[in-house]
Amino acid sequence: MCLAVPMRLVERREALGVAELDDVRREVSLLLEPDARIGDYVLVHAGYAIAVVDEAEAEATLELLRQVAAAGGEA
Amino acid sequence: MANERSRGPLNTDSPTSARATGERILLAHGGGGRMTQALVQELFLPALANPALATLSDSAILDALPPGRIALTTDAFVVDPPVFPGGDLGYLSVCGTVNDLAVAGAVPGALTWALVLEEGLEVELLKTFVRGAARAAAEAGVTIVAGDTKVVPRGKGDRAFVASAGLGVVPPGRDLGDHRVAPGDAVLVTGPVGDHGATVMACRHGLGGGGLASDCAPLSSLVEALLASGVEVHALHDPTRGGVATTCHEVASKSDTRVALEATAIPVRPQVRAVCELLGLDPLYVACEGRALAWVVERDAERALAAIAAHPLGNGAARIGRVEARRPHAAPVVLRTPFGTERPLDLLAGAELPRIC
Amino acid sequence: MNAAATFADPGAVRGLLARIVSAAGRLPRRVTLMEVCGTHTHAIAAAGLRRLLPPTVRLIAGPGCPVCVTPVGYVDRAEALSHRPGTIVATFGDLIRVPSSTGSLERARASGGDVRVVYSPRDALQIARANPDREVIFLGVGFETTVPTVAAALAEAEADHVANFLVLSGHKVMPPPLRALASDPDVKVDGFLLPGHVSVITGSDAFAFVAEELGMPAVVVGFTPTDVLRGVEALVERLARRHAEVVNLYTRVVTAEGNTTARMLVDRFFAPVDAVWRGLGAIPGSGLALRPDVAHRDAARIEVEVPEPVEPPGCRCGEVLKGTIDPPACPLFATTCTPTSAIGACMVSSEGTCAAWYRHERAQV
Repeated sequence: MCLAVPMRLVERREALGVAELDDVRREVSLLLEPDARIGDYVLVHAGYAIAVVDEAEAEATLELLRQVAAAGGEA
Repeated sequence: MANERSRGPLNTDSPTSARATGERILLAHGGGGRMTQALVQELFLPALANPALATLSDSAILDALPPGRIALTTDAFVVDPPVFPGGDLGYLSVCGTVNDLAVAGAVPGALTWALVLEEGLEVELLKTFVRGAARAAAEAGVTIVAGDTKVVPRGKGDRAFVASAGLGVVPPGRDLGDHRVAPGDAVLVTGPVGDHGATVMACRHGLGGGGLASDCAPLSSLVEALLASGVEVHALHDPTRGGVATTCHEVASKSDTRVALEATAIPVRPQVRAVCELLGLDPLYVACEGRALAWVVERDAERALAAIAAHPLGNGAARIGRVEARRPHAAPVVLRTPFGTERPLDLLAGAELPRIC
Repeated sequence: MNAAATFADPGAVRGLLARIVSAAGRLPRRVTLMEVCGTHTHAIAAAGLRRLLPPTVRLIAGPGCPVCVTPVGYVDRAEALSHRPGTIVATFGDLIRVPSSTGSLERARASGGDVRVVYSPRDALQIARANPDREVIFLGVGFETTVPTVAAALAEAEADHVANFLVLSGHKVMPPPLRALASDPDVKVDGFLLPGHVSVITGSDAFAFVAEELGMPAVVVGFTPTDVLRGVEALVERLARRHAEVVNLYTRVVTAEGNTTARMLVDRFFAPVDAVWRGLGAIPGSGLALRPDVAHRDAARIEVEVPEPVEPPGCRCGEVLKGTIDPPACPLFATTCTPTSAIGACMVSSEGTCAAWYRHERAQV
């Protein structure tokens, strides 16, 4: 539990927004993440944004993975 | 589109004219009397114009068929929503029947088209279906030679259901089928998978955005191009409901082989992948309505791909797997993951449903 | 941002596996790691990750599938409600084939019950708005990730005076079963992969007790192959060092304190209660029920005739859920209990351990 997908918030009108992933758009409720701003990536579960993605952390994790891949796994 | 035929004996202002009944289908339209005739004359015939249909006799009498074995197929069509990006119930139904003939190696010729309409269906929507069917028939080079319309009371039908039968001929010397599938065969797909099912599910669950469209299309000319290229094709299938995985199961079962698919080789458009991620679906189980899977002899795989890719409907064709010998007590269809592991692709219990878990 | 591809990068997966093998070499014995999230079960099975781990690292699935742990009685009640005149039952797709004492919601629909599958609790609320003369009962199942979405739908219903929207709560929360598992002598777990999206709501601090009280390492991880393997590596590495701590590896969406807005909304509508977990029995404080002051939203208060719950004989779901046996050890597995004719809940939900095993691991490929 549980299926949640990162999507970019592209529109916002009070507690409702539109989030987008690869051109697919869905209305999402922002009741659980009222401070989400247009341009943020939000984690969407069952039609609600439940978190704003911390892009710095995401990039840090990706960088770590790049290093792991490059090193071939030497501990 | 076919030229408008001249109107029949009923003029458009008469109370039985389709337009004058206030734009909705009534029970009387299915009664066989004046209103049925008006519907046929004003709506069906102009769009589907062809000599066989125009005789409006109890049966269509066709000219002698070309030499070869006769192929006959039938399908019923229900789709929600009935109009979706890339098609509609009418277009879908003709493509579906045509494709069943095409993947059997038959040249499609004549189709029947029968409708069960729900009382209250907007006539404009029916016109969309009829135009869609006509367009598909024209694209596929087939004629709709016979039809029927019944109307059920409001609440007893989901707008419209279509049943269609298709007649074709398999030219002499052509023998496609699962009996020819053998270990070593390459498995090809003619384009990205899951477009139709993902589009329809997206409509139902409030997912919008550009770029999502059904792949619905008649495949007869693509199939002929492939067969004309001289490659050795063993079997063809269109992965409709249940998707690629289900179709591979059917083939593996009938040919007593094992199908191994490569996860990284299966083409999926980003929008389709996004819809599947959001709804918790697996693209391998999502329906296509304008793609074919081809089992070809290994040495012809590249040439077959080139022949498919050269056709407008073959954009994005790819080799997605191969056939191996069946292993006892092992899964008949497996997926090789990007990580070097293999996992069974099982048959679904039923339709995939959106999930949250 | 096609994050999915980069977080599933095969090169990174290979690198992480090599690190895991290396760390596992320093383990004193074989270790058992448990994940407690149905979505983890599915993701691990779909990528075939279990087979990639060294033999000294065993990864098992615990009671993480909310559908699987929903008691038969809940589904029986939902079925009965669907046949009640003027009622529409709205449910997530996950629940529709779960076996009840007499059938399932799918079968109830086929025999005239009004059951509708929705993707979001808001969709159920929309059904209520569109059908003011009917009572719409939303089947609230799911853990901490989902409860706030149901609470938000309730908040919207209250604000807009949509009186005909009710919830039948079968919600459960995660920390109590972890405590129960850790103190169960039959269960031998050395570390936990913690549910990443539950942690989005609760915050990783909510799981600090796993190290502080239970003395086990635990990692909060996401659901991509690299997320899971980073978690496995972190656990193995800490077990090798005999160091119990809880680490958040899903920092791109999980914080220490979690989503306080979501939790406040949950507290407004729900209160902890004791709850029955299918196969595990009663676990104190592990469920959520609607608060008395929102009794008008509580479908549990509706009088409806419900059959005596019937647990299927021979079903060993409980042991599977606890991770004490693998599915093949259950005599019903793959014989009478299959995805098409599921007897136990573990087989019904595609994230159920048995279903995942059947679909992804059963045959020796």
